[in-house]
Amino acid sequence: MTLRSKVAPQYDVIVVGSGAGGGMAAYQLSVNGLKVLLLEAGRDYDPVTETPMFQTPKDAPLRAAGGADKPFGFYDATVDGGWRVPGEPFTTAPGSQFSWWRARMLGGRTNHWGRISLRMGPYDFKPKSRDGLGEDWPMTYETLAPYYDKTEMLIGVYGGDDDLENTPRSSPGVLQPPPAARTYELLAKQASDRLKIPCIPAHRAVLTQRQDSSRLPAKLHPGNKLAQRVLKQSMDQRMACFYATDCGRGCSIKANFQSTTVLIPPAMATGNVTLVTDAMVREVTVDKQGRANGVHYIDKLTREDHHVTAKVVVLAASACETSRIMLNSKSTLFPNGIANGSGVVGKYLMDTVGAGISAQIPRLEGLPPINEDGTAGIHLYMPWWLYGEQKAGKMNFARGYHIEFGGGRGMPGPGIFGGLESFTRGAYGRKFKEEARRYYGSFMYFDGRGEMIPNEDSYCELDPVQVDQWGIPVLRFHWKWSEHETNQAAHMVKTFAEIVEQMGGKVQGTLQTDGSKAIATGGSIIHEVGTVRMGSDPKKSVLNEFGQAWEVKNLFVTDGASFVSNADKNPTLSILALAWRSCDYIVDEMKKGTI
Amino acid sequence: MNDETKSTSRRDALKVMAAAAVVPMLPPTADATPAAAAVPRDMLPVLDDQQRPVKRKGPRGTPSDPVLQVARPDWPMKLSQRELVTLAALCDMIIPADDKSPAASTVGAHHYINEWASRPGGDTSLVRVRGGLVWIDRESQTRFGKRFYLATTAQRAQICDDICYLPRAAPAHVFAAQFFDTIRDQTATAFYTTPQGWKDLGYIGNVALPKFEGPNAAVRKQIGVE
Repeated sequence: MTLRSKVAPQYDVIVVGSGAGGGMAAYQLSVNGLKVLLLEAGRDYDPVTETPMFQTPKDAPLRAAGGADKPFGFYDATVDGGWRVPGEPFTTAPGSQFSWWRARMLGGRTNHWGRISLRMGPYDFKPKSRDGLGEDWPMTYETLAPYYDKTEMLIGVYGGDDDLENTPRSSPGVLQPPPAARTYELLAKQASDRLKIPCIPAHRAVLTQRQDSSRLPAKLHPGNKLAQRVLKQSMDQRMACFYATDCGRGCSIKANFQSTTVLIPPAMATGNVTLVTDAMVREVTVDKQGRANGVHYIDKLTREDHHVTAKVVVLAASACETSRIMLNSKSTLFPNGIANGSGVVGKYLMDTVGAGISAQIPRLEGLPPINEDGTAGIHLYMPWWLYGEQKAGKMNFARGYHIEFGGGRGMPGPGIFGGLESFTRGAYGRKFKEEARRYYGSFMYFDGRGEMIPNEDSYCELDPVQVDQWGIPVLRFHWKWSEHETNQAAHMVKTFAEIVEQMGGKVQGTLQTDGSKAIATGGSIIHEVGTVRMGSDPKKSVLNEFGQAWEVKNLFVTDGASFVSNADKNPTLSILALAWRSCDYIVDEMKKGTI
Repeated sequence: MNDETKSTSRRDALKVMAAAAVVPMLPPTADATPAAAAVPRDMLPVLDDQQRPVKRKGPRGTPSDPVLQVARPDWPMKLSQRELVTLAALCDMIIPADDKSPAASTVGAHHYINEWASRPGGDTSLVRVRGGLVWIDRESQTRFGKRFYLATTAQRAQICDDICYLPRAAPAHVFAAQFFDTIRDQTATAFYTTPQGWKDLGYIGNVALPKFEGPNAAVRKQIGVE
């Protein structure tokens, strides 16, 4: 039974999802005076009161170790999620492996993410033109660059002003100052310098100083008094990082970017947003002309089905969830799912290629106490550097990766010194304590994050049988790496071993040089994008460059589903910038009356 | 897969803690900023919350949405007092007191190992811990005619020397060596996650700093990156 909802009156826009894409949409549309209904499938969440700042492992069960219910540790911000969501299964096709991280909470995965905010570069928008593989984006870097600048100023991103090949710099004055490098980062940089691998300040969405609330609101929203007022208020409530506690827990002082601390508060302050949490959207409905006219959602707490209406529907439920909603939106006009005449919805699913090693570095042994918490994330990273070799045909994989690395004297947590047995030949007693002092802080890890090329064998579709506890058909995943990815993974571990050797260290365990074994499971890097890609050809894409469905003019997608390729650059910053651009278009078109 | 009763009692227990717990973490400076004034606009329709007895905010106190601010294990501890005595003695063989920090049992390492081995789904760990504790007491009885915790440090060390390194353990001691390795790892986890353990290692983080400066010149010189 479908209830006529009490939230029935006409909204301008329904936004499905409150993470990066949905939070940005709710913010941009509401500050432009549109009435927004924001639907979130998870519960309400308040980082100011709920974030466990400064809590130590000792204050939690099992010393805060991760488990099936909290895979990234007890204090991880994720609510009702992780590799599984209670009552909401998914399936994988025989022979396919895929991991899918979800979060059911206001702000979605922006509450716990790594905050690494790298721009895609000029090459990344035109990959097919460069090497013939995959597909080009229907825009250039120059088109999106102003939105990257604005997004970085809005959310606050630290970084340097390096300007390397396909690793563009931000406009002057946009970024916040990068934090100083840590001991182990200096050591890795020394090694990579010798190997001619660039090592530069990382870009992360963390405030190293307070935002300039007297200047930025007017710069970001010229002539828009409402936007300027709510943004100033929001910026005034954000503190700068105080260099303690893990960003993955969220941040009660709002120093890092979370949709729930940066986008949703100013959106709500406009008075133009109605937020409904625990609202699990099942499908988009269409009128007789094939225009979207609303969505059905299940209220998770009452199990009632609601239908709400609006002039425009924006989907930002996370890449695969968005295509799930579209595939479930079947009608006479759209028997294969809304706006899916091309059959592309669900196709070209991508994740980031991941492979890593850990190592022990004798030069880091026996250092005096140093506080290396820093911004609780990377301060330096190594961007891809072999574009020339790839262009010259000297490499056996087509696309690049960057290197994230960490270690050092972090907060001792569960599992610390597991494996010390092999370093100390079974030490116990006073000897064990001496060895622990010696080895503490001397371990490092190196992780590659590389570009996957979209392929025909990696996609999601509706499972023909399985539904979730809300009665909604679930996704079934198909996954296959190509040699471009497995060869890249092999190159990663080989490079890491060279860096470690250069540092005078030793890789732990056996180096896995078989790329098909070194590569992380698809989805496990949690950068899944694609499945509702944009493009310039309606036969090969679902959306135009503004995230507008070719077949349904008042249906938009503003999450990672719209991605055409998945550069090695972590996707969140691009999702935000693309969403902002889509919203400017929606506002303009609604003013013109075309949607 | 535990049954409904279990998860219900867990939820109730956590609710009580939640009620006692809520401490806003916002620094006082942020509080000084006035809240956003209401914008005079047309009223938007709101959900009728009175008809909804259920809680829309969190945390809800379920395993996937626990109360994070104050939390304790809510499962029953399974080791007996007899076992804990033996375990504490073994923990202290692994991490004894020295001039820098106390012994493992002083910070409750044996209680943490009880919590860990008793956890839901931890049956394999529990078998290893319990089996190992029986083994080590019997071994001590056989060699010295007394239980492990009553043996002298030198006598305990004789047993530990035989089982402290799996690659060198005699075939008959393989299980005991696995057990010892498990207890060593868990004792290290228990000990080095406490303030005493942090102090011992020289971990000085988890404190708010006005700025982050990286290593000083002396440290840079020591690692050779000047």
